[in-house]
Amino acid sequence: MTDLLDLSFAQARAAMRAKDVSAVELTRAYLDAIEQARTLNAYVLETPEIALERARGSDERIGKGEAGALEGLPLGVKDLFCTEGVRTTACSKILGDFTPPYESHVTDRMRRAGAVMLGKLNNDEFAMGSSNETSCFGAPVNPWRRTGSDAALVAGGSSGGSAAAVAARLCLGATATDTGGSIRQPAAFTGTVGIKPTYGRCSRWGIVAFASSLDQAGPIARDVRDAAILLGAMAGYDPRDSTSIDREVPDYEAAVGRSVKGLRIGIPREYRVEGMPAEIEQLWTTGAAQLKAAGAEIVDVSLPHTKYALPAYYIVAPAEASSNLARYDGVRYGRRVPGPDITAMYENTRAEGFGSEVRRRIMIGAYVLSAGYYDAYYVRAQKVRTLIRRDFETVFADGIDAILTPATPSAAFGIGEKANASPVEMYLNDVFTVTVNMAGLPGIAVPAGLSGEGLPLALQLIGRPFDEETLFATASVIEDAGGGGFSPERWW
Amino acid sequence: MLKRAVASKPARKPPMSVDESTVRRVAKLARIAVEDEEIAKLTGELDAILAFVEELSALDVEGVEPMTSVIPTSVRLREDVVNDGGDAERVLMNAPAREGDFYVVPKVVE
Repeated sequence: MTDLLDLSFAQARAAMRAKDVSAVELTRAYLDAIEQARTLNAYVLETPEIALERARGSDERIGKGEAGALEGLPLGVKDLFCTEGVRTTACSKILGDFTPPYESHVTDRMRRAGAVMLGKLNNDEFAMGSSNETSCFGAPVNPWRRTGSDAALVAGGSSGGSAAAVAARLCLGATATDTGGSIRQPAAFTGTVGIKPTYGRCSRWGIVAFASSLDQAGPIARDVRDAAILLGAMAGYDPRDSTSIDREVPDYEAAVGRSVKGLRIGIPREYRVEGMPAEIEQLWTTGAAQLKAAGAEIVDVSLPHTKYALPAYYIVAPAEASSNLARYDGVRYGRRVPGPDITAMYENTRAEGFGSEVRRRIMIGAYVLSAGYYDAYYVRAQKVRTLIRRDFETVFADGIDAILTPATPSAAFGIGEKANASPVEMYLNDVFTVTVNMAGLPGIAVPAGLSGEGLPLALQLIGRPFDEETLFATASVIEDAGGGGFSPERWW
Repeated sequence: MLKRAVASKPARKPPMSVDESTVRRVAKLARIAVEDEEIAKLTGELDAILAFVEELSALDVEGVEPMTSVIPTSVRLREDVVNDGGDAERVLMNAPAREGDFYVVPKVVE
């Protein structure tokens, strides 16, 4: 049945509508694959009964000619999305066995479109991390290995479980979230496609909050077309999220393969960072040449405040996290650790429930928001954010349609390899992706080549607000030029 | 329309590095119990992160408006009607400790 797993979204959809395969058959093939791949630690909760029940419903609807956009397609859900009646932990001990009595807006839309949920996927605790090593369930393992080595590599973070599951064909596609690079960096590390849409495109309602002004949901999928189909089903207005935008969702799939002739692609000189590996530099140049060959014009541009994005992010994100995570107090849900009085109960609960990276970020947030420092840190960082956004606005006003950059400064590294790295060293993983969140723009990571060690490398395209379509069009040029086929050899 | 007067605290220039007593104070503010033996390590880590973000002070932000909304939006008002509530069971279903329709916490009033 392995061949069923090779079908892309678009192919599986066509096969089910032609009745060549049923949703139940497809779902069973994925459930078997998941069972055989537990060593990858991609799923933190498998939901086979729910999956089969939904697949049976899909087969009925397909039979009646009432198929939705995602009808019968087996998908994984990042454990940051609340799922009704299904344990949701954000991969933190503090949520314990929290079982939401409601469904997040995004997963509810997918469910209504006929999607089959296979289970909940691993992520960094509260989505704080760039290697998925902060999860209370342990790190997922990247299905890719260096040539001639069996060292376990990280799948990236925070949506490492989503990326590993998609790359290893343990689901057709997955939901993910991105606060500073958490969709694009794991997609880059696993040879998959990940898009963070414009802030406000997908509702945040029912997604465990990390940094509310930066968090945005999006898909990780096998190819650009699948990512477009999935985003089309995830996006849409929701009055329960005050930052959700009431704006029609375009036909993203129609943008895949659309001509890029005459588009102006910016190459920002500030992304040529010191110590950038030659193979990343080479990948970037090749990507630009591929877009040029497809008829786009390549233009050097400047985004002068780029280097301030990461430090500003590490004020804004922890500040918002410290406010958002104040709710975990051991009273209403999740874990409680007793203490002699209520303050001690709060302090014990939070000391035991949160992992070290989360505790560190909450404390940084509490510090930068503390009396007298608010202006010097948070307000200053928000001013810097205005400048970063202005950089992009200037470039787009000059007629640039999309910006091409590397997605990550390196290929995937080993699990535990950076255990002794400082927190700041880990943060540098997000150097190319974080500007996009700071400015609220859409960004896509698309696999573009292999490193000398045989690992996938990706490029990033950044677009104008709400112009995800141009990203799908340009990313598919790079995908086609690379010949696709970024699939790891199976060893598990 | 109610106007709220906000007494702004005088802006202090943050010190160049944090010390152990600051780390204890921040841990208290964050309601996270910290063991004595963790303090030194945390002090070093927080110090390194604050040194990293210190780079921002080199930038002239005079006259720049702080970002309040990354995508221009206006606040929407919903209908002033009851649309949810009255479901104590669903609200309390994840409570670590409950009695009837109440959460139970350690005694807070003597």
